Amino acid sequence: MSAPNASGWKPTAPQANDEAGPATTTGNRALMLEEKLIFEIGGSETTGVDLPEPRGDAPHRLGAQLRTGEIGLPGLSEPEAVRHYTRLSRQNYAIDLGLFPLGSCTMKHNPRLNEKVARMPGFLDCHPLAPVHTVQGALAVIHELGEWLKALTGMPAVAMSPKAGAHGELCGILAIRAALEARGDARQVILCPESAHGTNPATAAFAGYKVEDIPATAEGRVDLAALKARLGPDVAGVMITNPNTCGLFERDFREIADAVHAAGGLVYCDGANFNAIVGRVRPGDLGVDAMHINLHKTFSTPHGGGGPGSGPVVFSEALAPFAPLPFVEKLASGEYRLVEEETAEDHHARSFGRMTAFHGQMGMFTRALTYILSHGADGLRQVAEDAVLNANYILRSLDDVLDAPFGLSGPCMHEALFSDKGFAGGLTTLDLAKGMIDEGFHPMTMYFPLVVHGAMLVEPTETESKAALDQFVTAMRSLAERARAGDETLKQAPYYAPRRRLDETLAARKPVLAWHAPAAPAGMPTLSEQGGS
Amino acid sequence: MRYLPLTDADRSAMLATIGASSIDDLFVDVPEAARLDGPIEGLPLHLSEMAVERHMRQLAARNIAAGDGPFFLGAGAYRHHVPASVDHLIQRGEFLTAYTPYQPEIAQGTLQMLFEFQTQVARLYGCAVANASMYDGSTACWEAIGMAGRITRRNLALLHDGLHPHYVSVIRTMARFTGDSIADRAPSLDAQADDATLLADIAANRPSCVVVQYPDILGRIPDLPRIAEAAHAAGALLIVVNTEPVALGALAAPGDLGADIVVGEGQALGVGLQFGGPYLGLFAVRDPKHVRQMPGRLCGETVDAEGKRGFVLTLSTREQHIRREKATSNICTNSGLCALAFSIHLTLLGEKGLRALAAENHRLACRAADELGAVPGVRVINQTFFNEFTLEVPGDARELVRRLADKGVLAGVSLGRLYPDEPQLARGMVVAVTETTSEDDIAAFAAALKEELA
Repeated sequence: MSAPNASGWKPTAPQANDEAGPATTTGNRALMLEEKLIFEIGGSETTGVDLPEPRGDAPHRLGAQLRTGEIGLPGLSEPEAVRHYTRLSRQNYAIDLGLFPLGSCTMKHNPRLNEKVARMPGFLDCHPLAPVHTVQGALAVIHELGEWLKALTGMPAVAMSPKAGAHGELCGILAIRAALEARGDARQVILCPESAHGTNPATAAFAGYKVEDIPATAEGRVDLAALKARLGPDVAGVMITNPNTCGLFERDFREIADAVHAAGGLVYCDGANFNAIVGRVRPGDLGVDAMHINLHKTFSTPHGGGGPGSGPVVFSEALAPFAPLPFVEKLASGEYRLVEEETAEDHHARSFGRMTAFHGQMGMFTRALTYILSHGADGLRQVAEDAVLNANYILRSLDDVLDAPFGLSGPCMHEALFSDKGFAGGLTTLDLAKGMIDEGFHPMTMYFPLVVHGAMLVEPTETESKAALDQFVTAMRSLAERARAGDETLKQAPYYAPRRRLDETLAARKPVLAWHAPAAPAGMPTLSEQGGS
Repeated sequence: MRYLPLTDADRSAMLATIGASSIDDLFVDVPEAARLDGPIEGLPLHLSEMAVERHMRQLAARNIAAGDGPFFLGAGAYRHHVPASVDHLIQRGEFLTAYTPYQPEIAQGTLQMLFEFQTQVARLYGCAVANASMYDGSTACWEAIGMAGRITRRNLALLHDGLHPHYVSVIRTMARFTGDSIADRAPSLDAQADDATLLADIAANRPSCVVVQYPDILGRIPDLPRIAEAAHAAGALLIVVNTEPVALGALAAPGDLGADIVVGEGQALGVGLQFGGPYLGLFAVRDPKHVRQMPGRLCGETVDAEGKRGFVLTLSTREQHIRREKATSNICTNSGLCALAFSIHLTLLGEKGLRALAAENHRLACRAADELGAVPGVRVINQTFFNEFTLEVPGDARELVRRLADKGVLAGVSLGRLYPDEPQLARGMVVAVTETTSEDDIAAFAAALKEELA
């Protein structure tokens, strides 16, 4: 019971669970507190906000479609609400708690200065349609961040409005299509490597393109010869992630770009992995025409449990005229001008249109700019170097116990890729991942990229100390050895999380996507049963 | 560097473990011509926390914040009071620095919150199922049109003339690439939208959907049951768009009035103005059989291996990471933290609070309409409204808005800015009033307007 586990924190032997003591009346276990749904604890008369009592007979101009009957919204007083959400929060793993090596997601530390700055009233409490001369500071932030992104990527133009990475991909592909259409070229095909993020083919299809796979070489990179052979007058362009999803730099990127250009196509680079090269390589020097940048990855804006993201797109000269509205221009006077529908006619007639109602993710721009200014050109370069160093350290500390399919392809970039080769007793990547949960780590990305069997993609980021990495390596080595030995106990992991393995098949087979009151015994309506639809 | 824990000694030790002689060895795959030798020239170097904060504070000071004076801007983004506890709770690191709940055993906090959020949205909208959120109202609106096309196998969307022009712009942009047909018209400064033309268009065509904003861009409240009846008779879906969720504390739920898909902007609750983003796209369907055509993430209830209730992301076979080019949408992230803020704010309000908030908004808006409508030369065009209405003023409203801003009153959004190609709307101005508007603010606006127009 008292033997420390691999990471030195908790008893590791699964049977320790049996010695955990008697069941509790509440189902709670000390700091591990169960929490009901708001619909089970709230009431229709309870509120946490003081507002004037409405007058029932007040005259109104709402017309005939008045709300009658209950909506079915439970209320909580402030102390109840604070407790509810605090309890829920404690059932989450987070970067603030520990290493979060989710490959391709760049889960780095989120500096708190960013949060402070984003909440300055001049930024937070500022309306997107306020007269332009009253929001010069907001436009300055958009412009200044845009200038940084252009300089860091070596690209001449930027579109700031895309709301997330996939939205940025769409922005880039629409610009490519608009540029091709402008020259009367109706190309139909976008080529994506098999190892691409799922958003790439989904985006290309959404934009009306037929998607074709490009094969990879045995060393995990785009097959240049195969790509060249496929190029032709029907290929609108390629979407290639660089560094790629196997964690490798696409050595031939420049040659790929030149070949695509020579065949009349355009080059989209998925910038999800920009953290590996920021300050060391400018994608503009590699022949890229469009690339999105996930501010929530490279530039540390918080992931927030799955968004909001932010996906500005940098453009080459060829695509710049087609960038979407609105955008910001700095005038010679030092004032900033907002180019939108009102002013675009005479100025930006070739813009492909508008991607969102307003200006993009301003709250993320303030955070990303704060992060960038904190690091400066020198610090950002150090970010890439430390991110790559940390990933290689993990790769070389584990490649004797975990299969690294591209371990001989040279150094990795910001993430290390392993496969499930050598696992015994039917154990899978999923089992090892769930074992990591018990060791106090968030699992790595599983089963992606699709080109590797049982893929495990580990991205430590630069904000982990060597001590944290060593602790992670020790735990991973122990788990890998258990997997290779066919340790059956891993199949039931996690043992110590707020929940054991969840039945995802049941969730999909009988979807319960909203809360419904359980049927109450006749004559005994419950408070929470009212309303709903 | 305060955010980088490695020391030089660590770096040397780690390079030795790797078997590399220098960091440059790890970048050997970068072609020589593309390698940068040092920090990019011409860019500033790192700064202390204090120095960065000073710079950003100077930029923030160049904005006039909504709280700096009388403020009446709306048109799709609304200023409401957000209880202090909302921002405190969303800044808990376990919410702020978590990611998409791919590992449900250690993400029950986010998942339960999403399940609660989905239920709140479904109830507010009068729908069976809501998803875990989209980027914002405008992109959710486009996704709804795409979904209607998949369900009806038709490709003509008819847009009501009161739909936010920026939403129309987003829809037209996307439709240009997907090949969908869009029919839209600009509104006129009339008390009611031109429903007769819309109804005739519905009957004369085979639309996949009819898209109606409720309340509309001019603040008017469209007759949803009538449009729903016509849409359904033509085999089309009714998509209702709501940009002000507080209105649904006073107005009937769209799903109860015949909407098939309800989408909206959730920014008004919990999220704040933030100069336009990040915001919160809401998306719900009335009929559960349409769930499998929905875009975006869905959270569902299940049990764990010990039989305890828990939550997971589900029905992901609709999504891009499984379906790739056959997915219902390319969307990957949702707007998780904004959904959390919305959900907490709505939980603090509850049934009683939301209704009281809606009543207070409407009371103040009626008062503002009366006072502003009494200014000589000014006409309130609306017969119906919730917390936003349209003024017709003598002359160009764009210019008037600029002049009023110089007097310290952020007076409204000119229709000339929203509809630059529609000169007949140049005299229109949309004015929003919320519980954050004081009676003194209204009086100050009326006085400034009177002075400007004298």
